[in-house]
Amino acid sequence: MLCERCGERPATVYYTEVVNNKQKKMQLCEVCARQMQSEGFGFFPQMNLHNFLASFWNQVSGMQQPIAPKTREEAACPTCGTPESFFAQKGLFGCGDCYRHFGERLEPLMRRIHGSSAHTGKVPRRTGGKVRLARQIDGLKAQLREAVAREEFEKAAELRDEIRKLEQEL
Amino acid sequence: MSIKETVNIARSGWMEPGAPAGDIVVSSRVRVARNLSGFSFPHLLDREKAEQVIHGVQLALDNAGMQERLEITRMAELSPVERQILVEKHLISPDLLQDHEKKAVALRDDEVISIMINEEDHLRIQCLLPGLQLEKAWELVNRVDDGLEKTLDYAFSETFGYLTACPTNAGTGMRASVMLHLPGLVLVDQIRAVLTTISKLGFTVRGLYGEGTEALGNLFQISNQVTMGHSEEEIINSLNSVTGQLLAQEREARKALLRERREQLEDRVGRSYGILKYAHVLSSEEAMRRISDVRLGLDLNLVAGISMDRLVELIVKTRPAYLIKQHGGDLTPTQRDILRAEIIRKEFNREV
Repeated sequence: MLCERCGERPATVYYTEVVNNKQKKMQLCEVCARQMQSEGFGFFPQMNLHNFLASFWNQVSGMQQPIAPKTREEAACPTCGTPESFFAQKGLFGCGDCYRHFGERLEPLMRRIHGSSAHTGKVPRRTGGKVRLARQIDGLKAQLREAVAREEFEKAAELRDEIRKLEQEL
Repeated sequence: MSIKETVNIARSGWMEPGAPAGDIVVSSRVRVARNLSGFSFPHLLDREKAEQVIHGVQLALDNAGMQERLEITRMAELSPVERQILVEKHLISPDLLQDHEKKAVALRDDEVISIMINEEDHLRIQCLLPGLQLEKAWELVNRVDDGLEKTLDYAFSETFGYLTACPTNAGTGMRASVMLHLPGLVLVDQIRAVLTTISKLGFTVRGLYGEGTEALGNLFQISNQVTMGHSEEEIINSLNSVTGQLLAQEREARKALLRERREQLEDRVGRSYGILKYAHVLSSEEAMRRISDVRLGLDLNLVAGISMDRLVELIVKTRPAYLIKQHGGDLTPTQRDILRAEIIRKEFNREV
């Protein structure tokens, strides 16, 4: 069946929209479905998030097609053995180490998903010890700059000492 | 309260009355995703490894030094209907039902905190509170997370933060959401415009009970879209401010309705009240719609005779799995609609 919106491409997505309690069901092609989504507030259950991820991944890796299986030696995570094609198909990593092994190409992917590729939130106390300290130092340095700008030199001196102390722990 | 009681009682911590902005905000939820380093993500675990993860969480809970106990129940210990009831009460996600022999849930007595184990990630710690209480929900989740981290080694990277099976959750691993009852905006025909704006600000809007777009009973769930690049507090703050805007708009819409269409509104509320009180066959959709009308009527003092928390409880009480559980066996859809009407009738004809 052809897409109900453009009437050109084959319909592959079942699109349901509820406006003012009235349900509207349409069968759309992916192009139109994507457009409908950006216009409406909708979320389609049938449009798999993981497919989107896979297409992002293939774009950032400069591939037009998802990898044909077993054509040549394929990159795989040495820890869990998850091959790149698995991620490209399912949008799921196999373990925490995958993030390191697929590292380089992950950054653009993260920016595409989150608009950012750097975590700025909570750091676990034990496993994140050093990062936590570094974050704390960054925060103090910002306070120091402010104190200097406001000519609060006593406070600035205190902050400087505190920063030195923490830097030694690093 | 044991898990057996949890699946037999519709009431849950998130339905307690008198919560902040409780007239419009039904509940607030914060959930974080965590994974253990040294283990593959759940979808790659065999049963033995999955059991090790559950066991590890058990040890970490014993070790966490928290006042409240969280009790672990393996999904395999529950019947399919009981599992479905946990979903209907919003305590677990539908994903926890698949491949259930590898999965477990840890529940706090009052059901305010739950931890899903071996869902898409090893741990999904969630807190569900009534009304608008996102900060408090985050505070509670954060405390449980700190407690668990005393024992568990989390998969964490300096750059990418908490590592999750799906990169859309990496970073904070946090999804914060509010469930809103917005009949006013629906009735004045503004809902679409408002929700479109919200989706442009980086929030996702969904209908009740999860993943579809169906907004049953005028209930909408708003949640943050991105999990990286903002701190947990920033995510909470921006969701809070968007919710504040929505509250203001919904209140305006309700005022306008009272001013310009009072009789029609009273009529709508009154009819729905009458149907809930006297009907003998009610589909799930109709029940949700009528309950929404009566809820609006209660908020605007157009009707009395039932309390808000009992109305919310009715939503869970009339979901399919809960009905089957109460009935004690399978029901055809028609039998279900009859039983649903009976339960609602009883509640509406109770002495207040």
